[in-house]
Amino acid sequence: MHTPVLQESLEELVERCTQAVETPGFAEAEAWKREVPGRALAGCFPVYSPVELFHAAGMLPVGLAGGGNRMEIAHADSRFQSFVCSIVKSTLEQGMTGVLSSFDALIFHSICDPARNLASVYARNFPDQKVEYIHFPQNLGAPEATGYLAREYERVVVSMSELTGRAVSFDDVRASISIYNQVRSVIRDLYAIRSDTPHLLKTRELYPLVRYGHLVPPERHLEVLLRARAMILAREGRPKDRIRALLAGSFCEQPPLDLIAAIEDAGCYLVDDDFLQGRRWFTRDVDAEADDPYYALADAYANRSVPCAVKHDIRTSKADALVERARAHRADAVIVLCAKFCEPALFEYPLYRKALQAAALPHIALEFEEKMWVFDRIKTEIETFVESLLFS
Amino acid sequence: MADLQYQGHLHTLQKELMAEYYASLTASAEGSGVPAAYLLIGGNPVELLRAFDILPVFPEVNALQLAVRKQSLPHIQAAEFMGYSSDNCAYVKADIGMYFAGRKTPFATIPEPTLLLCNYVGCNVYLDWFGHLSEYTGRPAFQLDIPFIRTRSGTPSRDDIVYVLRQLERLVELCEEITGKRLDWDRLREAVRLSSETGALWSKIKHLTKSAPAPYDAYFDSVTMMAPLYCLRGTPQGLRFFETAYAELAEKAAAGVGPLETERFRYVIEGPPPWPHLRTFRDMFSRWNAVAVASTYSTVGGLWEFGFVHDPDHPLESIARHLLEWNLTNRNFLQRYAQIERYLEEWNASALVIHSVKSCRLFSAGQGDMREYFTNRGIPTLLVESDLEDPRYFSEAQMRNRIDAFFESVGHRTAVQGAGS
Ligand code: SF4
Ligand code: SF4
Repeated sequence: MHTPVLQESLEELVERCTQAVETPGFAEAEAWKREVPGRALAGCFPVYSPVELFHAAGMLPVGLAGGGNRMEIAHADSRFQSFVCSIVKSTLEQGMTGVLSSFDALIFHSICDPARNLASVYARNFPDQKVEYIHFPQNLGAPEATGYLAREYERVVVSMSELTGRAVSFDDVRASISIYNQVRSVIRDLYAIRSDTPHLLKTRELYPLVRYGHLVPPERHLEVLLRARAMILAREGRPKDRIRALLAGSFCEQPPLDLIAAIEDAGCYLVDDDFLQGRRWFTRDVDAEADDPYYALADAYANRSVPCAVKHDIRTSKADALVERARAHRADAVIVLCAKFCEPALFEYPLYRKALQAAALPHIALEFEEKMWVFDRIKTEIETFVESLLFS
Repeated sequence: MADLQYQGHLHTLQKELMAEYYASLTASAEGSGVPAAYLLIGGNPVELLRAFDILPVFPEVNALQLAVRKQSLPHIQAAEFMGYSSDNCAYVKADIGMYFAGRKTPFATIPEPTLLLCNYVGCNVYLDWFGHLSEYTGRPAFQLDIPFIRTRSGTPSRDDIVYVLRQLERLVELCEEITGKRLDWDRLREAVRLSSETGALWSKIKHLTKSAPAPYDAYFDSVTMMAPLYCLRGTPQGLRFFETAYAELAEKAAAGVGPLETERFRYVIEGPPPWPHLRTFRDMFSRWNAVAVASTYSTVGGLWEFGFVHDPDHPLESIARHLLEWNLTNRNFLQRYAQIERYLEEWNASALVIHSVKSCRLFSAGQGDMREYFTNRGIPTLLVESDLEDPRYFSEAQMRNRIDAFFESVGHRTAVQGAGS
């Protein structure tokens, strides 16, 4: 997949990204690592990881997104109980079956209790890999939080430098911010295109295009996204009789692609979603020229990032933000789709429900697991929901 | 049995003091004018509230009291009706259900919070819980962000300490605003001094179970002492309780008296208790003459037995250290393995029981790995599952069978080893 295929259609491009996303393992990242001695891979657990730091240290930050529905959990379920979400187990399973053996570092974040304990369990089971855990402040808006996060980032960079033997300058970090800004900016464009003209870009297409960035260097991802955008803008078509739905809740463990397709086939245009939230974490560009780029990244996290269940910012209500977002996207309804056993997502729901009811926005709440194969039940529930809206 | 002077004082005094504490909550709820702050158990900074005469309210303690009195289920169901999931921590659901049921419990009327002090010490659910309470009550919330212990050193960095100190200073300002009083540093030092003496006694109590027989059960009896440790720490009454407790338990240790007729098995237990079925659960161990000589659960609010003491000369800094380092919840999972390892060795225990609770993933997520670790080290390890608050997740017959089979095999193993030596 290294050389762009000339005159590749959008459908072909989407299909290639789909293949890359659905094929177990990290072949492209491993090939990248082999190309030049001294390169290293960092596996970043969701939700948001400051990928710029790893990129600046000469590493490829690879997004971990669980095992999907093509991996059998044979070992990890004896380590994590039945009431723990699937991605925690599938990530450990990937470790135990050697899928992550080319990674030099694994990065976890303070998103929830199972992910935090996973960082420890992973470190114990794989002592040859470096495990870092990033503490994101949960007092955003407090005067000391941003500076603290900036220093946390520096700590992580020093730790990565030990691994790659490469000192990281401010300019390195600025350059990394700049390339990821470009990637995020095109993703923002694509999201806007889908919201404005959802009949021209399905979520089932957009999703693999965005997720491809989990697996390859940002430069390569950018090139794919730019080509995709050009082709999407040239597309033509007419809107169908579907509802415009905003999908919330699947920010960490990811639903199978076929489930996303099933939701759309049930009669929805998904006009906004929470998928892969970490890849489009900021509402606008991070300052790539700042005197202190660590501070710039931390400041963007604290003050210009999207609301998320794993980020607690008492300055704003996440439920109100959801209603505003639904309105901004002219959504007719909201689908709350939580990963099974995902406590942060499930905790959002009572407040979401209250706010959505108050705003007279219809919603439906569903649960999924990455390892699902059969989607009939969810599809039927959504069809019924859509019909109730279209014909009421 | 020797004639013990202090026999039973501890329990009577605990009941009296806790009744007084709950009466103060009811009084506040009914308009005594004493402000109440909700805060969480993990490494709590209760001393700071003492200095302002703010009444500490621990929703976790209230939730567990509901469970022990078999009152939790209707509240849990009410919360589920509001949209909370069967997979959300049931402490939160019981508390929120109780809140909307008028805050009335059989032990107290819980006051509305004047301040929601979310001491984020490891548990991510704390943030959701207090976030929701803030939304429901409309009261001011303060998020005290405690960086998790995440580096190989296992200790907080200077940056971590300074960061927490800055936040504590802002918390002081907020308390000043709420109460209209300036911080009285002498009062703060006094509260920290009381905590320091209380913690030292609690630590000595913890070390008493190194004797054989252990003078008390470090799980089932520790929980009696934990309520005063949180709700009364930093007060003269709290200190008095621990003086009495130490005297009584030291006397028992010296007299060679334990909680059971004989002590056959010494084990370490990991995980919170099943509060709705505490007595039944205890009996499952007693019938085997098995005594817990150490428990990780009794260190959620503070880990004193490995040497921590508050320092009245540096009150804020020692509060910061307590929050950051000296409690179970803010330590990483592998530090917990090390803690258990120390208990097994220094407290001379021969088995590990892991009580895995569905509600509390902070405690439980990954305990299968813990079992694997200890089993590989030759420690007989049992993992059983239920819940700490939701009575529906306790399967008595199955639990009893597993515990019976476990001690039978540990007993057999000990007999074989004994014969071989
Ligand atoms: S899916 Fe939810 S519970 Fe699982 S690791 Fe992600 S945030 Fe945590
Ligand atoms: S998850 Fe555990 S520590 Fe957190 S609030 Fe629930 S019971 Fe307490």
